[in-house]
Amino acid sequence: MTGRPTSDPADHQLLKSLLGAWALAACSAEESAAVEEHLTDCGSCADEARRLREAVALLHPQDSLDLDPGLRSKVLATALDRRRPRIPLPLWAEPYDAETARLDALLHDMGEAEWGAPVRLSWYEEDAPASREISVAGVIGHLMAVDGLVALSLGLPDPLHMGAPPEGEGPARPVLTCPGERTETFWKEAGSAHEQQQRLTAELRRSHAGTVRGVWRDQNYSLIRTASFAGGGVADLGVPYGAGVSLPLRDAFLDRAFECWMHAWDVARAIDYPYVVPDAAHLHQLMDLAARLLPGVIAERRRTGLAAPPRRLVAAGSPGRTLHLELEGEGGGDWYIPLDSPAAMASPGEMVAHVALEGLEFCRLAAGHVSPEEAAAGHDGERGEIRDFLYATASLSRL
Amino acid sequence: MTNTQGIPDPVGRDGPPARDRKTQQRLARGEAAALGELYDQYAPLVYGLALRVLDDEEAADTVLTEVFSYLWQHPDAYEPKRGPLRSWLANMAHKHAVRRLRWSAIQAKAEEGGAAEDSDGDTEARIRDVSAAARADYIVTAMPAGLRAALELAYFKRHDYRRTAADLNVSEAEARRRLRLGLQLLSTAYHPPTPDGRPA
Repeated sequence: MTGRPTSDPADHQLLKSLLGAWALAACSAEESAAVEEHLTDCGSCADEARRLREAVALLHPQDSLDLDPGLRSKVLATALDRRRPRIPLPLWAEPYDAETARLDALLHDMGEAEWGAPVRLSWYEEDAPASREISVAGVIGHLMAVDGLVALSLGLPDPLHMGAPPEGEGPARPVLTCPGERTETFWKEAGSAHEQQQRLTAELRRSHAGTVRGVWRDQNYSLIRTASFAGGGVADLGVPYGAGVSLPLRDAFLDRAFECWMHAWDVARAIDYPYVVPDAAHLHQLMDLAARLLPGVIAERRRTGLAAPPRRLVAAGSPGRTLHLELEGEGGGDWYIPLDSPAAMASPGEMVAHVALEGLEFCRLAAGHVSPEEAAAGHDGERGEIRDFLYATASLSRL
Repeated sequence: MTNTQGIPDPVGRDGPPARDRKTQQRLARGEAAALGELYDQYAPLVYGLALRVLDDEEAADTVLTEVFSYLWQHPDAYEPKRGPLRSWLANMAHKHAVRRLRWSAIQAKAEEGGAAEDSDGDTEARIRDVSAAARADYIVTAMPAGLRAALELAYFKRHDYRRTAADLNVSEAEARRRLRLGLQLLSTAYHPPTPDGRPA
């Protein structure tokens, strides 16, 4: 193409179209030579060529920004302090807001290959460790499916019915209220098993995960927003959690924040990322939920024969035998757990056992990440009660 | 100092204007949840621009706080009909960061007792450079994905335009067009828009 006169208008058009590629050194040597020859006698192309070359100097790798996840709460707190919100987040929704944002930031930073990492989920079932390997997308789907229970209670759509024909058309779909069943249903329909995900190309896997992440995140926002508008009015609304179990909405939000944190930790571990603990005030609320659930769990374990029967019967509201739970570190504190019955009153005068452990270790125990025997707890008092207490804590975990 | 102001919005990759208007209404109503969502969506943009200008994480943290606090306190400062929220926030981040940079230069000069004669010129030259770099970052993130992908293949992966075309599954003419248009957009980083918002 070098032989022809460069003033030919067709040549001018072609050479002009090459200017971008030329500036980026992304054309052949012959094309480059032709462009450069053209520039000597075409003023408008020469101007553009100079501008495009300068523009190339502005290109540089987009550094992956490590925005400190702790900044979010600081920035928001400063802003909300300067102008008080008319529609604040309920205190009990704050950990959920923060933990879902932290997990989303982790997902944002993940590279293509990391979406293919298998994640091991572990929990306690009938006092024995259980575990399951699942894809990262499966973890997000699990969180989304169980969060859906809260959504249903607030009158929001069930994410498990996504893509189903509108109500009234097609077969009616049952509303599942058991967290495990909801999760298994989602995993089966979405093909979340690690082996299934491994068969996809990295690109398809990424796009599948992106879709699940989008639905999960949208649901997070709807839940937070709806709870904010409803405020205290819905705090005690019952959220079904499977067979006969129900939690007040405020506790369901804490439970969901706790599970989000623990599974984010599972994902981070699977891809070798650091993951820090929640804000101390949030951590305290999460530990408090576990401590408040324990008397009921202990009673239930007795009914089903997993724990020894109560030593004595105590009238509701009367002081009963008490375990002092002391959690050390960020967000920690002291809790007094009535052992005889959930209705009994904890009483320092009737302390029969003292268990002290790191708050984080307690959370890991409650999440089924560490066994009751291995939990590094300092204790004194009645050994049987302490053992029952630790097993009851582990049994708070579930898929 | 018009050359340090103004972040152009090349070819809006922004959501529909209705969404920005809704966000603004939610902020005006005092909905804390809306502020959280806004942060999640735009904090990386605001922080990234501030860091590019200031090259100092602590100072970029401050700009991030200032920009979001300002919008929360003055939701009406953003006018949806004048453009997308995304470019408004980019502009604010840029302005706040440049103001800080200039302020720290004045302080440094005061400490030196005015010894450095040409430090004004140095500061302005630096502001021009970092401003162009920050605008370029913004332009790259805001340009259509097809243009960005072409530039990435040609520049970072050193593909020629024929291979770029093959990778993107487009014609060679289209690959040439994308590379040229992408660089044209990027070059506007050196020539910021005039105060009425139109590129100069």
